[in-house]
Amino acid sequence: MATPILSINNLSIDYPISIGTVKAVEDVSIDLYEGEALGLVGESGCGKSTLGLSILRIVRPPGKIVAGKMLYKSEDILKMKEKEVLKLRGNNIAMVFQNPLTSLNPLMRLDRHFLETIQRHDPGIQKQEALEKAEDILDKLGIEKQRLYEFPHQFSGGMRQRIMIGLGLIMNPDIIIADEPTTSLDVIVEAGFVDLLNNLRKEFNLSIILITHNLGLVAEIVDRVAVMYGGQIMEIGTADQIFHTPKHPYTHGLITCVPNIKLDQEVLTTMEGNPPDLVNPPAGCRFSPRCPKVMEVCREKAPGFTFFGDGHKAACWLNDHGGTG
Amino acid sequence: MTTGAKYSPASLLARPFHAFVSAKRKYGAEWWILIAGAVIVLFIIYMALFPATLAPYDPLDQEAGPQMAAPSPEHPMGTDNLNRDVFSRMIHGAKTILGVAFAAALLSSVIGITLGLISGFAGGILDRILSLIMDAVYSFPGLILAIAFAAMLGPGIINITLAIAVIYIPTYFRLVRGQTMTIKEEVYVEAARAIGAKRFVILWQYIFPNVIATVVVIFSLNIADAIMTEAALSYIGLGLPAGIPDWGMDLAMGKKFLPSGTWWMITYPGLMIMILALGFTMLGEGLAEILNPRLLER
Amino acid sequence: MSTIIRVESLVKEFPVHTSILDFMLGGKRSEVVHAVDDVSFSIARGEVLGLAGESGSGKSTTGRLLLKLIEPTSGKIEYNGTDLSAHSQREMENLREKMQIVFQDPNSSLSPRMSVGQAIGHPLKIHNLGGAAERKERVLDLMEKIGLTPADFLYRKYPHQLSGGQCQRVVLARALVTNPDFIVADEPIAMADVSVRALILELMKKLKKEFDLTYLFITHDLATAKYLCDRVAIMYLGRIIEIGSKEDIFLHPHHPYTKALLDAVPIPDPDQRRKDEVARGEIPSAINPPGGCHFHPRCPHTMAACKEGRPPLKEIAPNHLSACLLDRA
Repeated sequence: MATPILSINNLSIDYPISIGTVKAVEDVSIDLYEGEALGLVGESGCGKSTLGLSILRIVRPPGKIVAGKMLYKSEDILKMKEKEVLKLRGNNIAMVFQNPLTSLNPLMRLDRHFLETIQRHDPGIQKQEALEKAEDILDKLGIEKQRLYEFPHQFSGGMRQRIMIGLGLIMNPDIIIADEPTTSLDVIVEAGFVDLLNNLRKEFNLSIILITHNLGLVAEIVDRVAVMYGGQIMEIGTADQIFHTPKHPYTHGLITCVPNIKLDQEVLTTMEGNPPDLVNPPAGCRFSPRCPKVMEVCREKAPGFTFFGDGHKAACWLNDHGGTG
Repeated sequence: MTTGAKYSPASLLARPFHAFVSAKRKYGAEWWILIAGAVIVLFIIYMALFPATLAPYDPLDQEAGPQMAAPSPEHPMGTDNLNRDVFSRMIHGAKTILGVAFAAALLSSVIGITLGLISGFAGGILDRILSLIMDAVYSFPGLILAIAFAAMLGPGIINITLAIAVIYIPTYFRLVRGQTMTIKEEVYVEAARAIGAKRFVILWQYIFPNVIATVVVIFSLNIADAIMTEAALSYIGLGLPAGIPDWGMDLAMGKKFLPSGTWWMITYPGLMIMILALGFTMLGEGLAEILNPRLLER
Repeated sequence: MSTIIRVESLVKEFPVHTSILDFMLGGKRSEVVHAVDDVSFSIARGEVLGLAGESGSGKSTTGRLLLKLIEPTSGKIEYNGTDLSAHSQREMENLREKMQIVFQDPNSSLSPRMSVGQAIGHPLKIHNLGGAAERKERVLDLMEKIGLTPADFLYRKYPHQLSGGQCQRVVLARALVTNPDFIVADEPIAMADVSVRALILELMKKLKKEFDLTYLFITHDLATAKYLCDRVAIMYLGRIIEIGSKEDIFLHPHHPYTKALLDAVPIPDPDQRRKDEVARGEIPSAINPPGGCHFHPRCPHTMAACKEGRPPLKEIAPNHLSACLLDRA
């Protein structure tokens, strides 16, 4: 198999707070391959956003990465000096956030936004050339070139999110991390955004990490999915494997609790209970308190991964063959 | 706790209590400031309530000791020009200054909060007029205004209290009005309308409890300020009649006699005023630090 | 089936203030936003009517108008035959026992200084339904039914001590405690986690049966609308452009906007990815919407007639109305 372009190995992130330490991300390992779109799926508090931020080392204090490796093209990002990481950000790896309204500086015209990014990473470039690059990107985004000289507030929400993608893509990065990019967008605009992302992905041969709780969005874009719960990975597989043959009860619950407009659903699956307390996580499997198929062993020991071939793996005692737990 | 009825003191305290308890575990500087302030204030309150247990002499006794004697074992803070024991005067003076400051703060807060709530909630022309009046009062330097009122009303403990109370009303008014206007837009206020609550009920049970937290802090700082104002008024001579022991007045006396070298007559009143004001300030600031960030942290 | 709510030609205009400078320089007078632009529909007792649309569609405003939390500019609102349009706020206060609303964000719908018990019980107190002991009993009983257990324990808790799902249950309980007939649910699950949404939807279904309720379910998520609603009305820029039963709307959509909307809904199944690209353009400004049919600039089937005058809602099949001029005799 090809070497992954990004390899997260046994990553753990802690948040020390007044009442203890929140184990926000625990022992997470995921690979991202060139040109693929990976979905990082889970509900609030599962650690997916924190994981996304850690890739570029922008986890908000007091959060700290306490263990693991983050290999980008075989170099460990976590061991890089601040200067080297600055070179990565926006250049090789870019990030798009949830709310485009607050991500853009309202006092800066678009051209300055682009120039700022371009000139930071390519200081020798001529201003004219940089502006041409910016205009090119706007064209690909479906925005008229002359709008480069307008202010953020003159654009609609959907347009602004496209601009954010543009700013992310302007330096031709290998990886784009998108954290809930469509939460603030209307349905039709969201669909347009999905089309855009799919097209750009082909054109730029991008790898995308899509962090979201929106399963519909995930199904529209990604090749592979990693399901997180309580700071840990529950299951990883291709979109087909995850949506059609999930091997973890949480994944199954997630897939079947979402209304599907194409189906005639009588009842939605419900999962009672609350997300785990990450300061004092449950012993054993973190999902055990809520699992409909829980067994004695689940409460005592945390399960290791069972491999189902073709890259599909799940951490559940129900699949106890070959588990390393 | 009764259902839906008047909010109980317990409900008001619920969140701050959690904040208090979690702050304790943190042992930060704010916690110690709060404790220090609280200790000072509590001690002086004790002094005010039970002066006889601490003071060896009657503060008005003009034969307590030799005239203007320096501090000694019998008179730890010396005696003044009328042969009165300074130490006893300090202890008995606590209730005067504390009483006036507290009463003034209470009066200001009740009036200021009520007007602020009504003005912020009602809006319109009533709000415009009240704000104008309050801004006008607020723009005057407090002490000057207090002097003007005191001079106008004449001497006496009630008049002094009123004079001091007036100058703080705008502070409460502005704070509460601003908060009311913000909270008025909150969804839970709309929800209260949706369940059929009348306007008074909304104001009293939904808006007031959510506004009161910040006011508590202001109250403490207000008392600190009122203490200084009371002392200043007494110092100038607009304060209370001579019979009542009063730190401000003693300060003025001390200044008068300072050229004769009796440093203790001015130092101790000054020190007491400062400590009391400091105590309330620390209490207020400590509360502010602890209540606000903890209220945000879940 | 009796009609519980009937709305006729409901209009709500919001003024948009222009500054004096704009007025002097550009001659712009005060403009209005037609948040709700002549909307009519009815809801039968026991049914769930979905009001679906994107931002700016006027669905939330419509919900609030029904309860007169906002005063309508004009139009008629009938509840059980009684005309509410002339009712003052005072008179509405009494009716609020029977007509309730659930908002989008459970956290901000609850006063941070009221305990769960106080919040849920407050409507009972306001409408004088029983003494203190009776009220408490009723609240605890309701909490059990809704899944806020252990009830005694949670009774004393405050909103910030509860999870999002629990908060939304508290809000639901508060809405139900006076035994209302009719509930407006304004995006009640939009801010909840995926698994919590399913819980609340199932809970709403159960409560509807148990308490014999009628819902107006406001949402932007058509998949949810399909799951919960019997009939759905689609709104665009203040107007209802299509209304019909679940089958009508989802299986035989008529209006191009409805079709675009249905096409755009992401499906949680990788085998069902959308093949074609979506309708172009974005929702125009609500202050100066396009004349005629608001959707015409984005519509693939625009005709000349679409730009002139507003297409009326016409029946294209039994009880299925559409405001599109296509395919009409």
